[in-house]
Amino acid sequence: MSDKMHIKLTVNGAPREVLAEPRELLIHVLRERLGLTGPHIGCETTHCGVCTVDMNGKSVKSCTVFAAQADGAEITTIEGLGTPDDLHVLQRMFHEHHGLQCGFCTPGMITRAHRLLQENPDPTEEEVRFGMAGNLCRCTGYQNIVRAILAAAAELNAAREAAQ
Amino acid sequence: MNDMTPEGREERRGKLKGLGHARRRVEDARFTQGKGNYIDDINLSGMLFGDFVRSPHAHARITSIDASAALELPGVVAVLTADDLRPLDLHWMPTLAGDKQMVLADGKVLFQGQEVAFVVARDRYVAADAVDLVEIEYEELPVITDPFESLQSDVVLREDLDPEAPGSHGPRRHHNHIFLWEEGDKAATEQAIESSEVVAEEMIYYHRTHPCPLETCGSVASMDKVNGKLTLWGTFQAPHVVRTVASILSGIEEHNIRVISPDIGGGFGNKVGVYPGYVCSIVASIVTGSPVKWVEDRMENLMSTAFARDYWMKGRISATKDGRITGLHCHVTADHGAFDACADPTKFPAGFFHICTGSYDIPVAYVAVDGAYTNKAPGGVAYRCSFRVTEAAYMIERMIEVLAIELGMDAAELRARNFIREDQFPYQSALGWEYDSGDYHTAWNKALEAVNYEGLRREQAERVEAFNRGETRKLLGIGLTHFTEIVGAGPMKNCDILGMGMFDSCEIRIHPTGSAIVRLGTISQGQGHATTFAQILASEIGISSDSITVEEGDTDTAPYGLGTYGSRSTPVAGAAAAMAGRKIRAKAQMIAAYLLEVHEDDLEWDVDRFAVKGAPERFKTMAEIAFASYNQAIPGVEPGLEAVSYYDPPNMTYPFGAYICVMEIDVDTGEHEIRQFYALDDCGTRINPMVIEGQVHGGLTEALAIAMGQEIAYDDLGNIKTATLMDFFMPTSWETPTYTTAFTETPSPHHPIGAKGVGESPNVGGVPAFSNAVHDAFRPFGLRHSHMPHDHWRIWKVAHELGLHG
Repeated sequence: MSDKMHIKLTVNGAPREVLAEPRELLIHVLRERLGLTGPHIGCETTHCGVCTVDMNGKSVKSCTVFAAQADGAEITTIEGLGTPDDLHVLQRMFHEHHGLQCGFCTPGMITRAHRLLQENPDPTEEEVRFGMAGNLCRCTGYQNIVRAILAAAAELNAAREAAQ
Repeated sequence: MNDMTPEGREERRGKLKGLGHARRRVEDARFTQGKGNYIDDINLSGMLFGDFVRSPHAHARITSIDASAALELPGVVAVLTADDLRPLDLHWMPTLAGDKQMVLADGKVLFQGQEVAFVVARDRYVAADAVDLVEIEYEELPVITDPFESLQSDVVLREDLDPEAPGSHGPRRHHNHIFLWEEGDKAATEQAIESSEVVAEEMIYYHRTHPCPLETCGSVASMDKVNGKLTLWGTFQAPHVVRTVASILSGIEEHNIRVISPDIGGGFGNKVGVYPGYVCSIVASIVTGSPVKWVEDRMENLMSTAFARDYWMKGRISATKDGRITGLHCHVTADHGAFDACADPTKFPAGFFHICTGSYDIPVAYVAVDGAYTNKAPGGVAYRCSFRVTEAAYMIERMIEVLAIELGMDAAELRARNFIREDQFPYQSALGWEYDSGDYHTAWNKALEAVNYEGLRREQAERVEAFNRGETRKLLGIGLTHFTEIVGAGPMKNCDILGMGMFDSCEIRIHPTGSAIVRLGTISQGQGHATTFAQILASEIGISSDSITVEEGDTDTAPYGLGTYGSRSTPVAGAAAAMAGRKIRAKAQMIAAYLLEVHEDDLEWDVDRFAVKGAPERFKTMAEIAFASYNQAIPGVEPGLEAVSYYDPPNMTYPFGAYICVMEIDVDTGEHEIRQFYALDDCGTRINPMVIEGQVHGGLTEALAIAMGQEIAYDDLGNIKTATLMDFFMPTSWETPTYTTAFTETPSPHHPIGAKGVGESPNVGGVPAFSNAVHDAFRPFGLRHSHMPHDHWRIWKVAHELGLHG
């Protein structure tokens, strides 16, 4: 398995290059070659969503995407969503509404919620529950995650209206 | 500044963010920004990866293992088998239940997925390739997956055990028998039941399931041969116990072993036990001289590292005609799988199952539990519960419903008629427990009123009539539960794990400028200890919780403790924290007396300071006292301000709750919809209401999963049928209802702050509430009992067998 591929991708706004085997999964490249351990591994079968990242404007489960498929792609991980001094509103709202406990699902959850609010900036509770159904959480029962996402949407929409 | 007024005092109290404050969590910053540090995030220089070759068979003899092709693969460093571990006497290891378990298959395999060889390679891909290259020849043996069959069968599963010799819990009556454990007065119970007017009998199966935290189990072992020190990171709910076990097994002195539990991505009991992967990573690091990481994948997790439940519970309950319970008899056939690897306190092979008299004043009771070996994965862990309390609560809450049917009585009324009354606490149960406190009638009435129980029953009756007229195909079920837990293991007089008493600990250091670091023997897996333990201390020592760092999980720095499971952190370590805080306060009082030039007895504690009685303007705050402790020579007082407490609880704590689930069931599809779920919890003193509510939401969702679909199922050949999340049900946000939470507050009289623990209540009480709702929907059509999980197919089948499909 020595035939490595030269893969170029943009991760959290910065150009990155890696040499990876054709069979190597995107999640392993992100975590082990690029040191981005925010996205996690939970099931290897695309069910749990803890590996969720944003790829070319869509949520993907990076445990079932080959790194080679991400050649040329724009990737956003949890590490690209906010900074300690300027948290993303979703990061603030998950904290404020107790939308996390063990934290293992949280990076994927927030990354997915970020994309959901791009797709549907003003979702109903039902739409949030449906739109987040690809991300499992064992700790929270989702109730506070849903509250956090709705609160984030409200804040983003209020800011948008104020700007207009 | 007049902060001695009542308003001023309240303002100071508010600033502490102590007990009762919905303090936002300090853990969140790193988790929301992707900066958690979980086991698979640990990356050491030169680290190798371990991966298991696992058995495809449930029962087979191993005739040969050929690792030569695997060893030839570039990047493969070693392949370990039982023969490599035998010289170190590590091919078997003790289990927490007094049995032993193969680390790597020693001559035969006993369950599908059993660990046979451990491949060590430079990366996880090469390791996985090498796993496929290890050639193993098996000779298949007859498979037993049923515990009743096992106890009759001529097939010997555990050839390593002398069939004549007693096990660690007494005599074994058959070669596949593990133990018989009994509690209560058998003769008196049988006599009471036989002479009663009404008797209800039912076999209740609590199926095999799995805690399945989103993070699987794993470890990283690093043997530093220069210094002789072993560092072991891992998904450990009890890191100190792991250190002791690692020392006993490896012969490395305990001071040379450092065990670290990093952030843990959910535990729910899965991460209490010691697994072959941990042992193999240690051996591999010793053998190779490099750090070795082992992290299981989801399939390995579901098929090998622990299961929960699998109890066949035959209940008999008797009563007078007007519904006074007269006796309870229960016999359990417990399927423990291939090795008895239950995580229970040593003296309790069936955990605290004998809490099965529940919330009821039952004059006489008897339980017997027979443990059996089968060709299934070992375990028997407490999946979000305190050692078989979930099984006990499910059994009694189902038996109450069955008895209500037998009596023709409303199940809510039957419960109320038999609750232990408030004036009976402390209450001595027929099976030997002393319930510390409770007020069940108040909680029950509050719950019934909140959901308008009478109105729901009227609606249900109307629905049945409409169904019978052919106007609807949906039924309405009202699932009732009043549970009593027993948590906070436990008093050292009867609770130990591998000989270690189940105390817990807290160490406090107050810094000169009035902030503090606190270390405990527990380890959070999402419970938010860094937030809530600081709150306990803020109220005890008058330092804001924002100025208190809480650390756990590093055995080199934290005091010895038995870890976090069985809702024991708040009842035991939380008590240790309060007691250590009181030691700090006692010393602070001496220092304040010196500084204020008064006698200690002339001082009183006032939120965050000691003030002179009758002269509240003369005071020293804890911050001032802390500084003085480091910079003044005080006669008769050692410098510094530190304290340690090791807390041996005098009793368990007994949280309770009233849950009501209202469920719509489609008779034709078997689908269900949860219209309402009301959860009232009484966990004694409430430390952080936000965290409590979060725990309840999460536990209820795990209960929903278990009751409505989640199971570990095997076919007759011992093939596991539910080893991926495709087949193993975990509810998404779409299936999960919105819960209503409520509380009453009955403090524990023996806990320093009156707290009882809450994390597991919703799983314990939730499962019978969901299950009873399903049963209640079909009660008007003659259903007495049907086994969980109540997935769509099974519900459809119930409707079909009751003739509801025409």
